[in-house]
Amino acid sequence: MLLSLLLPVLGTLASSVEVKRPRGVSLTNHHFYEESKPFTCLDGSLTIAFDWINDDYCDCPDGSDEPGTSACPNGRFHCTNAGYRPQYIPSSRVNDGVCDCCDATDEYNSGFVCENTCKEMGRKEREALAQMAEVAREGFKLKQALIEEASKGREDKQRTLAELQEGKKSLEEQVETLRSAKEAVEKPEKEAKEIHQKNWEEQKAAEKAAQEQARASEAFQELDDDGDGLVSVAELQTHTELDVDGDGTLSEMEAQTLLGNALQADASSFLDAVWTSIKERYKPEGLPDPAPLPEAPIEEAADPQPELPPEQPAPEEDYDEEEEEEGDDDESNEEEPKVTPPQQPSDKAAEEDGEEKMPPYDEATQALIDAAQKAREQFEEAEKSLKEMEDSMRNLEKEISFDFGPQGEFSYLYNQCYELTTNEYVYRLCPFNRVSQKPKHGGAETSLGTWGAWAGPEENKFSAMRYEHGTACWQGPNRSTTVKLTCGKDTVVTSTTEPSRCEYLMELVTPAACQEPRDPGAADHDEL
Amino acid sequence: MAAAPERVGMAAVIWTALFLAAAFAVDRSNFKTCEQSSFCKRQRSLKPGSSPYRALLESLQLNQDSMKLQLVNEVNKVPLLLELYGLQGNMTRIKINELSPLRPRYEVPDVLVRDPASTRLAVTGRDENSVELSLGDSGHKLILTGKPFRMDLLQGRELVLSVNPRGLLHFEHLRQRKDSFSDKVSSSVGSLWDKIKSLFHREPPKEPAPEGGAAGEETEATVPGDQESSEKSTKSEEGSDAPEQAEEELGSWEETFKTHTDSKPNGPTSVGLDFSLPGFEHVYGIPEHADNLRLRTTDGGDPYRLYNLDVFQYELYNPMALYGSVPVLLAHNIQRTVGIFWLNAAETWVDISSNTAGKTLFGKMLDYMQGGGETPQTDVRWMSESGIVDVFLLLGPAPRDVFRQYTTLTGTQALPPFFAIAYHQSRWNYNDEEDVDTVDAGFDMHDIPYDVIWLDIEHTDGKRYFTWDPSKFPHPRSMLERLAAKRRKMVSIVDPHIKVDSGYQIHNEIRSRGFYVKTKDGSDYEGWCWPGSAGYPDFTSPEMRTWWASMFSYDQYEGSTENLYTWNDMNEPSVFNGPEVTMYKDAVHQGGWEHRDLHNLYGFYVQMATAQGQVQRSGGLERPFVLTRAFFAGSQRYGAVWTGDNAAEWDHMKISIPMCLSLALVGISFCGADVGGFFKSPDAELLVRWYQLGAYQPFYRAHAHLDTVRREPWLFGEENKALIRAAIRQRYALLPYWYTTFYHSYRSGQPVMRPLWVEYPNDITTFSIDDQFLIGNALLAHPVTEQGAQGVQLYLPGKGEVWYDVHSHQKHHAPQTLYLPVTMSSIPVYQRGGTIVPRKERVRRSSDCMHHDPYTLYVALSPQGTAEGDLFIDDGHTYNFESKAQYLHRHFSFASNTLTSSSADSKGIFESPAWIERVVILGAGKPAAVFLKQPGLAETRLDFQHEAETSVLTLRKPSVNIGADWSISLR
Repeated sequence: MLLSLLLPVLGTLASSVEVKRPRGVSLTNHHFYEESKPFTCLDGSLTIAFDWINDDYCDCPDGSDEPGTSACPNGRFHCTNAGYRPQYIPSSRVNDGVCDCCDATDEYNSGFVCENTCKEMGRKEREALAQMAEVAREGFKLKQALIEEASKGREDKQRTLAELQEGKKSLEEQVETLRSAKEAVEKPEKEAKEIHQKNWEEQKAAEKAAQEQARASEAFQELDDDGDGLVSVAELQTHTELDVDGDGTLSEMEAQTLLGNALQADASSFLDAVWTSIKERYKPEGLPDPAPLPEAPIEEAADPQPELPPEQPAPEEDYDEEEEEEGDDDESNEEEPKVTPPQQPSDKAAEEDGEEKMPPYDEATQALIDAAQKAREQFEEAEKSLKEMEDSMRNLEKEISFDFGPQGEFSYLYNQCYELTTNEYVYRLCPFNRVSQKPKHGGAETSLGTWGAWAGPEENKFSAMRYEHGTACWQGPNRSTTVKLTCGKDTVVTSTTEPSRCEYLMELVTPAACQEPRDPGAADHDEL
Repeated sequence: MAAAPERVGMAAVIWTALFLAAAFAVDRSNFKTCEQSSFCKRQRSLKPGSSPYRALLESLQLNQDSMKLQLVNEVNKVPLLLELYGLQGNMTRIKINELSPLRPRYEVPDVLVRDPASTRLAVTGRDENSVELSLGDSGHKLILTGKPFRMDLLQGRELVLSVNPRGLLHFEHLRQRKDSFSDKVSSSVGSLWDKIKSLFHREPPKEPAPEGGAAGEETEATVPGDQESSEKSTKSEEGSDAPEQAEEELGSWEETFKTHTDSKPNGPTSVGLDFSLPGFEHVYGIPEHADNLRLRTTDGGDPYRLYNLDVFQYELYNPMALYGSVPVLLAHNIQRTVGIFWLNAAETWVDISSNTAGKTLFGKMLDYMQGGGETPQTDVRWMSESGIVDVFLLLGPAPRDVFRQYTTLTGTQALPPFFAIAYHQSRWNYNDEEDVDTVDAGFDMHDIPYDVIWLDIEHTDGKRYFTWDPSKFPHPRSMLERLAAKRRKMVSIVDPHIKVDSGYQIHNEIRSRGFYVKTKDGSDYEGWCWPGSAGYPDFTSPEMRTWWASMFSYDQYEGSTENLYTWNDMNEPSVFNGPEVTMYKDAVHQGGWEHRDLHNLYGFYVQMATAQGQVQRSGGLERPFVLTRAFFAGSQRYGAVWTGDNAAEWDHMKISIPMCLSLALVGISFCGADVGGFFKSPDAELLVRWYQLGAYQPFYRAHAHLDTVRREPWLFGEENKALIRAAIRQRYALLPYWYTTFYHSYRSGQPVMRPLWVEYPNDITTFSIDDQFLIGNALLAHPVTEQGAQGVQLYLPGKGEVWYDVHSHQKHHAPQTLYLPVTMSSIPVYQRGGTIVPRKERVRRSSDCMHHDPYTLYVALSPQGTAEGDLFIDDGHTYNFESKAQYLHRHFSFASNTLTSSSADSKGIFESPAWIERVVILGAGKPAAVFLKQPGLAETRLDFQHEAETSVLTLRKPSVNIGADWSISLR
């Protein structure tokens, strides 16, 4: 079991000095292990003979007596890894048949042959670092531009906001002015319209009374069959439609009752009393039953058909396609009303109801109305622009208040969306807004969360974003997404995974995540 | 796994619809009660009374190794054939079949490992109504009573067990279907007769003679005047008998459950028989049930059911059937342990009742032996839907004898490859190769050992087993090679339902070879499972199994490598749209057998064929590892089982102990439960406790449902990570002991994980304990299973023995009930004084990395200052230990202040570079000097360290090879 206690460690360069130290001890620690002197465990708990160091038996509770073997459960082994990076590995990985140190020093007695890959790894790492540095450099440059752009944008926005705030005052004043102006002209308008209305109604009433009287006297004359200037019970009885009890005939008694409990009525009492009680049922003689009205609507319904654009030949395939499109297109509903025939019969119906149209306003009234309408329109327009202005101010305020990173470098992502298409889904990330997933081959979109907060670790808060409260999972939580930001020249979503059910992980490459590149030479420290 | 909504798309629609409502509890209405299972109802409606069966003593034939005798049902005159075998090793086999059945009845093949060697039977006594036989050289006698038929098994003058003492033998003979009502009545006249008889036993009604019997004869059966039993028979059925009978008749030739109709072309075929166990109050076994170790009586409830089923979100503490079945029941009292092995693979129910009225009259021989009537007694009744009565009585008398007896019949636990007893990391699902790499790297980053990472169904190309999802797992071989470079393994799932898809080679071959299970109409049976429509290969066919096994060869299973092993899930079989989520009972297997006859064997065969495939792919060299969910008697020969789809709940964690103990008692030692719980997400405390418990159970695998949040050990904060790591490391340090214990199980059938009573059969206190257990004979574990526990109450058994806390080394005298305060890091484990446990204390990233590492021996001294232990070593993965005797079995003993290492088995020869780095002696005084002596070498002094406070003596670096003979003396 006793292997060479001391391992001559050669540096990579011919000029470096050979340092003798027990296996698995780093250069910085080698002075604790003085040859041939008793060794005190690094935690001070025990002092042992020097030849108990690396004798493959764990004596020190802290494992410090076995830096080069696997004997201590809590020990660690130092690999020099010349050409690459030195490293500590747990003692349990010494001689375990797995190559851990690139210089192969951890497998010195396991029968497994490891190759020294440090040079290769060092080269690869340097290349990778160089490449990363290159990316970082370029990315960082872009980031500077983004920062500048952001600060400009922010200034612009603030300026715009200030301007808007400024403009808002005058606009508000304007709205108020227009409101009073509107109210001022609306008052005479209202009065004039009321007068006009009243006049018209009076006129209508008078006309109606006259008409009624005319119908009554007409009826009287009709009823007065013998022309004696009186309507008798018998004369009334010829009009069976006036039957009161519904037996189909008008009895004498009924007729008398209708005549005001009299046997006859003269013209004036007929007009005053009898007519009102019979006019609803009375049918003038010699006229057929009023024809039913539906003819007109039928004509109208038939009307629009010839109006369909005749130049559309509509071959069937085309038609199908259109239907499919319509099926997919949410907006198609809005177009539908266009297809339905215009409904114009309201005027006619009004006429047929016997209602007359109000006569046009007289010139003076019309002038008042026109003036008021104009004032209203002006007011509404002003009010609308005020609302719009307020909206854009709100948006601006929101955007300005967003935390776009220490220097606003992430602000360019605002109002943008980035997509990644996988085998099954199209993922869509709209930074600071939402993340969603849509099946590639049709199907509803699923929300994977809306903007929550920056979610990186404390020291690097802006390295991750969190989107929460997405669509709920079956028997599970609401979907959520963490977006990891990494440095790159372009802005692109590079991957989406679902490491845990309904918890998504997305990677977004962006120059905004680039850090100022360090001097690349500084990375290659500790090389012997 | 079970429920998979959303992800499985089309396939899940029906499934989801079925189970969405279930939330987090089993939907009991999906599964039959005894009342809803027509044969169980028929059998159970038969009440104890005098048996209608008569043994025709004059027909007795005694052959070289068996006795044959006819039984006749006095009511329907159907003759049965009773065969009795005395078997070597203190066992008796009883077979009852129809003398001349219309068609052959199913006899379970492939479960017995060999034809059990028989002993010579001899008639040693005889009178007009009984025969006495001696059963070989064990001193057991059997008294067979002619009328009513019963058998009583005695040792010396002591009655051990009775067969048919309550007259519940009920054998539904095969018959032609007749549609007339009278035929229907006659077909089940036996049970009707019994009821009537027990009520009006002096007035036997005349019955029409049924077919198959002495046709045309009218029965003039006189009722046996057994006052004792008729007194016990119940009498409250008068009014309900007739309509009930009609109903039962409906269930005899066709049975409908929910929307499923079972056509029952063979009509009623069930068999039932009862046993009495006088003097026994504790019975165990008949897994799988989510219940306590000690079986309960089933009076007033359902019997324990054995019918392999995929039970979605199973409930605890009830007798419902689960994924596997082992029809073996053990009874134990302070004098004796016996077993009843009911070899029947059809749906089976077991009633257990207990009474103190053990007065049974069975012939003049016994009259004077039964003293008072207060002997505790357990009665057991078995009821199976088809097949024959084939029972092995395992007569003990010690627990270890029963284990040996049972495993002589069905085989012992296969010795697992070493890695398989280490820690397994699973999840439904590790999504892709990158995910696998990341998790693998995570274990190294967090310095947590693990041996195997698992891939669930999502790794396949559309649930086509033996394939890989081309976008998630495009390069399985290199992924496996990366794992191999860390000396780790992978397990991929291969389920027995095969996607019906003409573009799928496996399906095409099975179809074209005619290997699918058929419907009753002869077409390929198709059910609904993960892939959607799926066929079920007929694993009962040897040709099918051979073909299946060949699919595991490296050139067939593309992307597979030596370090890829297999998981057989859903092999009950699970059929989402089938009755009780399984296959129609009238489906047809090779040889024309109905699925009904062999349902409980299906999963056994799946694992058998898969294990065979793994052996074959290595040319017979490498040991397989196959995990199965469904199992039967004998499944221990093919690998590991786990307790199925449990939940992240404290009670589910707790029940894993009795569930695995029950399996261990019936041969299946390699058992575990999903660490963390399958459904739902555990909090950190539960997860940590479960890792601690799992570290001391034979199969140690964390697993989780697709819908749960990630739970790799490092995701719960540094503190919990450290606790989990510590638990897993304890497991790894003890692997040499586990492996040695598994070797014993393989060699002698002794369970790895043991109930306390197995080691302390005379201590009644231990008989019902199932919150603590033993591993081998040396370690006692009482993992914390209570939320927020401040301490555990544990029992240290063994009069005059001592136990040492393995963590503090504190010594405790036994027997005692001990309250041990606990913290989150506590895993109460004790080493028995008088034992020696080998450990490897250099825990590495995988068990394979530790293969050549040195050992530490923990010598725990008995009060007499002695200790013994052993260690088994081989290459850990091949059959060379068996075929070439390439192994080391070392024996360590400590006596007279000297620890000696010698060979426990000189046949084994194996070179190992492993050595002994340390010996820790618990309970030792401080010696003046310690000397190591090796043959042919001079004595050398060893350095040592003694802690007076705990009496722990640590011997530094004996540096002897593990295979060497040596002794160390303390002076």
